[in-house]
Amino acid sequence: MVNVMRDSDKQGWRHFIRIEKRLDVPPVAYVLVLLLSLLLVILLCGLVLARMGYHPLEVYKTMLGGAVGTPYNFSETIAEAIPLILCSLGVSVAFRMGIWNIGAEGQFFFGAFTASLAALYLPSGLPRVVMLTVVIVAGFLGGALWGVLAGVLKTLANANEILTTLMLNYVAIGWVDYLVYGPWRDRAENMPYSRLFPSSAMLPVYPGTSIHAALLLGLLAAVVLWVVFKRTTWGYEIKLIGENPQVARTAGINIARNILLVMLVGGGLAGLAGMGEVAGIAGRLSPNISAGYGYTAIIIAWLGRLDPLAIVLVSIFFGGLNNGGYALQMVGLPSSIVTMLQGAILLFVLGGDTLMRYRIRFLGWRRDNR
Amino acid sequence: MDEQFLEMRNISKSFFGIAANDRVNLLVNSGEIHALLGENGAGKTTLMNVLAGLYKPDEGSILIGGKRITLTSPRDAIRNGIGMVHQNFRLVDSLTVTENVVLGLKSVRGLLNLARLHEEIGRFADRFGLKVDPKAEVWQLSVGERQRVEILKMLYRQVNLLIMDEPTAVLTPQEVQPLFDSLRSMAGEGRTVIIITHKLNEVMEIADRVTVLRGGKSIATVLKNKTSKQELARMMVGREIHEVKNRRGTGSSQGVLEVTGISALNDMGLAALSNLSFCVYSGEILGIAGVAGNGQKELVEVVSGLRSTRAGSMFINSRNMTNCKPREIIDAGVAVVPEDRVGMGLALNMSLVENLIVKTYHDPSNNRGGFFNWKQLRQKAEGVVREFDIKTVGIFSPVKLMSGGNQQKLLFARETLKDPRLLVAAYPCRGLDLGATGAVQQIMLDQKERGAGVLLISEDLDELLGLSDRIAVIYEGRIMGVVDPGTVSIEKIGLMMCGERNA
Repeated sequence: MVNVMRDSDKQGWRHFIRIEKRLDVPPVAYVLVLLLSLLLVILLCGLVLARMGYHPLEVYKTMLGGAVGTPYNFSETIAEAIPLILCSLGVSVAFRMGIWNIGAEGQFFFGAFTASLAALYLPSGLPRVVMLTVVIVAGFLGGALWGVLAGVLKTLANANEILTTLMLNYVAIGWVDYLVYGPWRDRAENMPYSRLFPSSAMLPVYPGTSIHAALLLGLLAAVVLWVVFKRTTWGYEIKLIGENPQVARTAGINIARNILLVMLVGGGLAGLAGMGEVAGIAGRLSPNISAGYGYTAIIIAWLGRLDPLAIVLVSIFFGGLNNGGYALQMVGLPSSIVTMLQGAILLFVLGGDTLMRYRIRFLGWRRDNR
Repeated sequence: MDEQFLEMRNISKSFFGIAANDRVNLLVNSGEIHALLGENGAGKTTLMNVLAGLYKPDEGSILIGGKRITLTSPRDAIRNGIGMVHQNFRLVDSLTVTENVVLGLKSVRGLLNLARLHEEIGRFADRFGLKVDPKAEVWQLSVGERQRVEILKMLYRQVNLLIMDEPTAVLTPQEVQPLFDSLRSMAGEGRTVIIITHKLNEVMEIADRVTVLRGGKSIATVLKNKTSKQELARMMVGREIHEVKNRRGTGSSQGVLEVTGISALNDMGLAALSNLSFCVYSGEILGIAGVAGNGQKELVEVVSGLRSTRAGSMFINSRNMTNCKPREIIDAGVAVVPEDRVGMGLALNMSLVENLIVKTYHDPSNNRGGFFNWKQLRQKAEGVVREFDIKTVGIFSPVKLMSGGNQQKLLFARETLKDPRLLVAAYPCRGLDLGATGAVQQIMLDQKERGAGVLLISEDLDELLGLSDRIAVIYEGRIMGVVDPGTVSIEKIGLMMCGERNA
């Protein structure tokens, strides 16, 4: 770094700013910048809240209380994170290959549907182990089918996956709507949801909380994916295709096969999330099993830099954010505050990220005398 | 004539903390053709990008006609009479030549009087001998013609100083002379031309004066007439260079690649290879000479298994491997260094280690049951780096941080790692500096000595004549004949490259 700016302008003062890429960023910087970004979000949104006539500290206290205030609230946050973990891991697999799978929401709903199909139509007297295995596998396969559908369209017809996955979301949501308002409608209560699952089809729940067994599936998936990306030839193929598909082609990698595979795995994981919500929380198929998990997952995947373990942490954070939002609604505050916070967090964290990877050198005002 | 036109004084510019230009000085007279000579990474293009307003120098000043100027954009530079023709052209394919030339001009507004503009630009082109049809749409033009359009764009904006970044790199030998004639006629009118190059022959032919850059510093400025190729080379590299020489001989009688009657289409569905036949024997270098775009790209893709054939057959080690999958062809011992090393050869954001195993990652020697042993791969990579003398920031750093020459060495290292039976190299030394060119040519010769067959595709006749044991000339997807580089004349090859059959 030789570049001490020398005075270089006879006509007057000049202002120097330079943007350079940083070569080495210590890991601790990531954490610091993240914390700083969050602090800025709190300050900025606090100003907005104050301007709106709310007491910022009260609002934050309510949110924090809702997210982690009591052991029970914290357990709710973890429960809320379960579908986020599974959906985010799901989309991250395709993202790593440069496939823009934004269809986690649809895969979530279709997985919820197939899991419900198994839970409602298998003989309820089946042993619980068998029943649950089938329900879980059905959830995975449903989501996988929905993902592969977009993959097939891409490999056969070169259809843009952004459009197909997005449109398939509406198909899957519409299909679940049709079922619960139509043939699957609960006759006893005449409400738009299916009848309750038999207890043998319900996932084990940690006593006294809403944390259900899909959490284990999510954590397992995170560890497996971490190993896949770090150590395996398949992870290498995915990365190479994502970085330069031409090189992958010359290396003899079957790109079509890998597109189908990542859509299968990614869709399956989102399908498991849907399964978890019906078989772990709701106990029935209903149209409001998702708080936009499939879409939030896209944000989480990027904030977690597609790293499986980071995604788990970010998911828990967003779970807390969602729960904080519910707590706000409970005391009569608009839940759109949470939407604002989520947006601000995305902006600031990504901005902080950029600043961390690029150095802006402010070289002051200098005078030249050459 | 010897009036000083441009002065660049103590220009420094660094990227990511690495100095690309370190207090570089450049003096250029008006009406001269000034060559900026240096190896890749010497800082030539950086310096000219500063002059063209693309980069802002960290320090230093630019003077035109003794007056200090500040450039903040290419538009700024053009206003000051400075225009640059970059290596990759910036033209709109679907527009005509005229439309491209006037595109973005403030003086041409509203309804275009195309007839008048066509005529005006046609006249302009004639004046400088830049043969191109103003009414033609750019996608119809050859590379040489596109370059003329870029030059026209600058001349039409009345630049006094034209910068050409490696203008001959994309041209066929036939297109070089007209370009040089045009440049001379511009200089004859009092305009100044700066030509970036690393080719000594070119410098000796076209330049009036030469400034040599090395390692981001200006080494010297000399008159062409008072220097020699040897002296320039010494200044450029900082040491003497030895030319790589082939111990010419015919290979064995064992064919490693035998192509008979191959036909294939290009991406647009037009015939690219028609009834093409040749054979590469073990222990020889077969050169393929030809003007780029005569089927070379498709030929490489067919041999790699990336493009299917419509007719004919391909034998590798006497095994019929027509239309086999890329992986099968790799496993049969075929190594390919593609034409476009950044687009087809390397994944720039991935590390040296990851790029090194692109062709062999699935090999049991590199993974156990689908799991990599990174420690072992790292050792392998360190060995390769040492053996091939690859300069890198680190074997786990992205290869985009490496210079073009080192990237190419990495590609050759990767492809020769498993001792291939056939090595296909397309334009392997294009854009490389002298040092890297020598290293790459030596690798090909070593492979040949080891007994591999080498298929060398190039448009550099000097390189082909120096390295090949036999030269096949390709024209419109056909082989015009096979000649002996020891006895053939350059004129003869030139004629064959234009479609004359070998009698």
